[in-house]
Amino acid sequence: MDPILIHLIKIVGVVGVLLFICAYIVLAERRICAFIQDRLGPNRVGIPIWIRKDGRAIQIGACWALGQPIIDALKAILKEDFVPGHVNKFYFWLGPMLVMAPALMVWAAIPFGSTLCGVPMIVADINVGILFVFAIASLGVYGIVLGGWASNSKYPFLGGVRSSAQLISYELCLGLSVIPLFMQVGSLRLTEVVRWQTEHLWLICYPWNWLPAIIYVASSFAETNRAPFDLPEAEQELAGGYNTEYSSMKFAMFFLAEYANMITASALLAVLFLGGWHLPFVPVSGGIAVGIAHICIFLAKVCALALVFIWVRWTVPRVRYDQLMGLGWKVFLPLALVSILIAGLAIVAGWSPS
Amino acid sequence: MRIERKPLTIWERLYLPAIISGMMLTFSHLFRKKVTLRYPEQKPEIPPGYRGQPVLVKDEDGRVKCVACQLCEFVCPPRAIRIKPMAYPDNAKYKKVEKTPDEFEIDMIRCIFCGYCEEVCPEQAIFLRGPYSVTGLSRKDMMFNKEKLLELGGTMPDPIKKWQKK
Repeated sequence: MDPILIHLIKIVGVVGVLLFICAYIVLAERRICAFIQDRLGPNRVGIPIWIRKDGRAIQIGACWALGQPIIDALKAILKEDFVPGHVNKFYFWLGPMLVMAPALMVWAAIPFGSTLCGVPMIVADINVGILFVFAIASLGVYGIVLGGWASNSKYPFLGGVRSSAQLISYELCLGLSVIPLFMQVGSLRLTEVVRWQTEHLWLICYPWNWLPAIIYVASSFAETNRAPFDLPEAEQELAGGYNTEYSSMKFAMFFLAEYANMITASALLAVLFLGGWHLPFVPVSGGIAVGIAHICIFLAKVCALALVFIWVRWTVPRVRYDQLMGLGWKVFLPLALVSILIAGLAIVAGWSPS
Repeated sequence: MRIERKPLTIWERLYLPAIISGMMLTFSHLFRKKVTLRYPEQKPEIPPGYRGQPVLVKDEDGRVKCVACQLCEFVCPPRAIRIKPMAYPDNAKYKKVEKTPDEFEIDMIRCIFCGYCEEVCPEQAIFLRGPYSVTGLSRKDMMFNKEKLLELGGTMPDPIKKWQKK
């Protein structure tokens, strides 16, 4: 088959699955937050499969609100796309696009499976995979800052400012926390990281990787603007933060991008620490069935980690802004440096099987 | 008042144990009984004495207790009540009551559920009672006439029975 066609199929598949998971992770968030608060959450809209003559729809999965994402998307599209008179129109339009595009682009370098019919299940297997992912993911902050600034009002501006400071601080911890892994693996290529983990143990199994894992998880909460570090969009303080002035599909883009970033963060966590598509007792290579099984394993890990993200959000209260900065610069940064040192010692001492 | 803040111990300063215990707590909440009432299918239990919408009542003998004195019409702040009095016919059992409402309408769009009508009524004929879901698809639907108000109100036992003693 034409390699370009294969690439196109992979791109469409990745984006499609990503947006599908995004839609349903929003539903999962609403359900889980409701359950944690002893409520029921959305439980009305199923997927309509047949419209009866009397106008009522026969629907499946209504008690789990499986049709809620469809309704939500429809609502977002049909709402009035209002642009306030005081905004800077060009940047106001640019903001949501700049948030959404990196959130999707990141997935180019994430291996979501081994091989299927001899085709590697990654869109672009570049040799600086993790650098590409971090570089593109950090572009998302431009969209938030632009959206906040172009809105030309107080709260969005504060949200944008908070966001820029927070993301720059935690980008550092995020980058430093994964260095020990690449010291052990010896390559920045993400497929190589997964291959290393199939040959040895998962990277989380080595005790000197626990500290980086904790720092990585906490930093990715901050990077994806999620509680306990959701200060850029703190509803109670900023009336929604950088997206206050946005409505309709533009708001939905911000919203979707946040969830896409969350899924990206959990995918990276799965790839870096939890063996990517690898699961013990599942053959590393084989026919189509094994290839599909690998993709399913990867998706299951991503969804499970995304659920942990949701679980944390509805448990931990938001930190104060100075606490956030103190945690980033005074705690995580030195700890990340120390963990690099420890990993180096482990490699020199020969504990790490690289 | 000054509250001494104890410095956190190392264990507390780690935060992670506290976060994990918190997450265990929220996890246990996933399986607890939910407080949500699935409204149109499940109805809330209305306690006795609940002050819902104004309704008319009858006594045990089935007599409409309202004597069409029009005090409630007069006192009603939003002027939601409209009464058309009627004299009892000469051969009626309750001729001594003299008047009864021919028409008794409450505009439930205007009603503010203040309860002045119940308070002012000398005959204890109008009450704010159980029905709480006042809905309709048109303004006409929301004009509750005498029959509907009596049906909603039902019977209110009258221990005094003042009209039998007169």
